[in-house]
Amino acid sequence: MSKMTLKTEGERYIVVTRKFAASPQAVYRAHTDPELIRRWMLGPEGWTMPVCINEAKPGGKIRFEWTDGKGNGFYLTGEYVALEPYSRIVHVERMHLPDPTPDNHVETRFAAEGSGTLMTLRMTLPDEKTRAAMLATGMEHGMEASYVRLEGWIAETAKNASA
Amino acid sequence: MANLDAAFAALADPTRRAILSRLTEGEATVMELVKPFALTQPAISQHLKVLEKAGLIARRAEGTKRPCRLAKEGIREIDSWLGMLRKALAKNYDRLDEILAEMESKKGWRKR
Repeated sequence: MSKMTLKTEGERYIVVTRKFAASPQAVYRAHTDPELIRRWMLGPEGWTMPVCINEAKPGGKIRFEWTDGKGNGFYLTGEYVALEPYSRIVHVERMHLPDPTPDNHVETRFAAEGSGTLMTLRMTLPDEKTRAAMLATGMEHGMEASYVRLEGWIAETAKNASA
Repeated sequence: MANLDAAFAALADPTRRAILSRLTEGEATVMELVKPFALTQPAISQHLKVLEKAGLIARRAEGTKRPCRLAKEGIREIDSWLGMLRKALAKNYDRLDEILAEMESKKGWRKR
């Protein structure tokens, strides 16, 4: 399985790619079925999602509530904009920390690649205030200070940009 | 984290990323940076100004030269946020791998 890539696109977006050893149908389902979403969209070890509302239809509501079981928690609300089974999902989301963060526009694409799926996730780069709030939620708990090594990351993005 | 927005804006440009990439090999003067890029010295100097303002590079005076190097603090700032995001996503997708494997094996069973 090739590693996840994460890079900036222009000044406004972050693009993440990841390959999965499953069909686009399966990966799409795991992104839209609340019973599946709540099992993996958890961030660091130790967090759970006691509330997972996910109405996978245009205009459908999204509400995810996370807790670390030690009194820390936050939630996310959103709405679906467009769904094209099994290739594309567009939605808007905001975190409540507890003040709502500016809307994050997210596009998720699934493309068959060999016997698996290449997922491409494009999200809005949060502003400084949002990033600070995210860092303050305790989302970083359990994440030892292991950095990306920006030198490697820059080399990778420079290479991708010229490719 | 005041520099992060400027840092992301600075990183949005491929030439500036290439300059940073060159600086990972060590300090360089403007003239040394002009060589590998098909750009004029004023154009390179302009890019360096943006990188310096974003806190990604630092410059020191050495006679008339002002060699550039990577600024660790600026890089650490952007690293910690991107690192948090990367780790959270990587963990999520590792868990998703397991769920997908489970879905595939169930599908095999039921011969759907």
